[in-house]
Amino acid sequence: MNKNNSVFKSQAQGNLKKRHRVSKIWRNSFFLSTTIGIFSLVILLFSIINQAFGYVIVENKVDPASLSSIPLKSLEREELISILQENLSKNRFKTIQRDNPVEELKRSELVGLVTSEIIKPTTLKSYFLIPSLTNKAEIIRTQQDEFPNAVVQFRSWISLSFLSDPLSTNPDTTGIRTALIGSLWIIVVTVIIAFPIGIGAAIYLEEYSSNNWLSRIIKTNIDNLAGIPSIVYGLLGLAIFVRGLNLITSGAFIGIDQSNGRTILSAALTMSLLILPLIIINAQEAIRAVPSSLRQASYGLGATRLQTIWYHVLPAAMPGILTGTILAVSRAIGETAPLILVGASSFINKDPSGLFSNFTVLPIQIYNWTTRPQAEFRNVAAASILVLLIVLLTLNTAAILLRNHFSKNKAA
Amino acid sequence: MTENKNQPIITVKDLSIFYKTFRAVKNVDLEIFENKITAIIGPSGCGKSTVLRSFNRMNDFIPGASIQGNILFHDKNIYDEDVDPVQVRRMIGMVFQKPNPFPKSIYENIAWGAKMNGYSGNMDDLVEKTLQDAALWDEVKDELNKNALSLSGGQQQRLCIARALAVKPEIILMDEPCSALDPIATLKIEDLMRELSHNYSIIIVTHNMQQAARASDMTAFFTMDEDRAGVMVEYGLTTQIFTNPKNKQTEDYITGRFG
Repeated sequence: MNKNNSVFKSQAQGNLKKRHRVSKIWRNSFFLSTTIGIFSLVILLFSIINQAFGYVIVENKVDPASLSSIPLKSLEREELISILQENLSKNRFKTIQRDNPVEELKRSELVGLVTSEIIKPTTLKSYFLIPSLTNKAEIIRTQQDEFPNAVVQFRSWISLSFLSDPLSTNPDTTGIRTALIGSLWIIVVTVIIAFPIGIGAAIYLEEYSSNNWLSRIIKTNIDNLAGIPSIVYGLLGLAIFVRGLNLITSGAFIGIDQSNGRTILSAALTMSLLILPLIIINAQEAIRAVPSSLRQASYGLGATRLQTIWYHVLPAAMPGILTGTILAVSRAIGETAPLILVGASSFINKDPSGLFSNFTVLPIQIYNWTTRPQAEFRNVAAASILVLLIVLLTLNTAAILLRNHFSKNKAA
Repeated sequence: MTENKNQPIITVKDLSIFYKTFRAVKNVDLEIFENKITAIIGPSGCGKSTVLRSFNRMNDFIPGASIQGNILFHDKNIYDEDVDPVQVRRMIGMVFQKPNPFPKSIYENIAWGAKMNGYSGNMDDLVEKTLQDAALWDEVKDELNKNALSLSGGQQQRLCIARALAVKPEIILMDEPCSALDPIATLKIEDLMRELSHNYSIIIVTHNMQQAARASDMTAFFTMDEDRAGVMVEYGLTTQIFTNPKNKQTEDYITGRFG
């Protein structure tokens, strides 16, 4: 007895210290991984925000004070129109009048027109957020030494007018509206096309198809399709939708005068192909996770297969299906390569107005702007990245709310 | 047997059930009588549940399952080509081992099956009537819109019974309905079965021999053959099976010597 006791005492502590040491090492390395991930994200966000705000040195071609004694914003429409008429050449005014008649413009739009056509503010130099905060004196000195006619302003490159103005070649006046609307059009049409088809395919594969070699081949191939690089889908979209189905995607079949198939419809169809495998795979997983007891309960009451799927399987699988769709949409909204191939315009300033419009999207504009030599375009690109992130977060939040709504019905 | 005077509502003739090539049940002959509780007992894996599920064609959903022989319901073989399995399941309802209410309100749980079967009468009345029949009404009448999953296990199982009743079946199949319940909830279900047997025929598969002895009128004892196929050893009045079994295997099983 005593001997056994002492044996236990010597063994009791045995490996404890070593085990604690090992477990601490592992714990710390797991913690480190998490930290590295979060740190990278913070750096990324920081560098975007750093570029999207900061001081700019701006010079106006015409001093606003010489146009009117009170600020432009508080002028009446008639006064703004007369300023335009007085300060612009006849031809320039005619051109503007032809594109969008000034009589129909809102006051804020007239102010914008006066600013871009007459005052013509030009950013001579822009600073990032960090130097702006730490080195304001230096910036002001630079302005006084090098650009005595200019003023120093703090600018948020992302602003309401940045969201609401159309694209322009001037970084000071450009907005993102055209690309934002293009992105939203494509996402909405893509989801409308891919969501029902994806769920339909998943239902067939999970609930109807028998488990033979053919269906196994199909399932394996869908898994593989999800991993194909998006540029390949772009080539496919170019060949099939833009070229092959030109008659349909250009809208010519309903009499729309459009010379090519590089339209929202082509882009959305290509994107649908791209995210279809993702939606199918996730929907399959979700449908498979529905407990068979639920199906049996339904069948046991004399329900048909269709009633069982429609009233029980789909509602129970919906949270999972929506999660998959969120992931797929998040991927689609950031895709650039396939859309370049399908023919997104790198510069248009006309908002897409329907399925058969030409388009550009946020990621393409971001790419486009980062390749420009002027430093100001980098600020604009950072601001558009923020817009893209906000759009993404908004869509995800909406989808998560929708998913929670379905989950609530399921839980007790 | 006095029951022989009654017409059987289900007649099983030389039934064999296969999962692919494996014969799970062989050569079963059985007569189920109207408004009686028939218990099927036997050791695990002897095909009790398989036989029960064949009565309303629930085995159709298992890939590779097939049957030989006939199951006559009102003298019509339910496996005939021209029989709609959905119709069979409407007339022969089922309650499962684990309570499986739909993740909806209590009210919708009852109403859904009836609605799918084209019930056009007053739904409120039907819900109240079936919940009363299932001895659940007094416990849930104030919270019909509550999610059924918030009920206790025993209540959920009675809800499942009520749900089956709402489709107005003639027979109710119960596949070990009390195996997930505590003894008090079990007793409630047994009392309920007794009540229901005035209007319905009930077939119950159970592992619990006391339950079969307490609650059933007729008992069928199944066991496994040498080739692992389920066979029916003995079938008769419950009192006779439990007090005076004719077969040695039955006696061994009910006295606890095997199984």
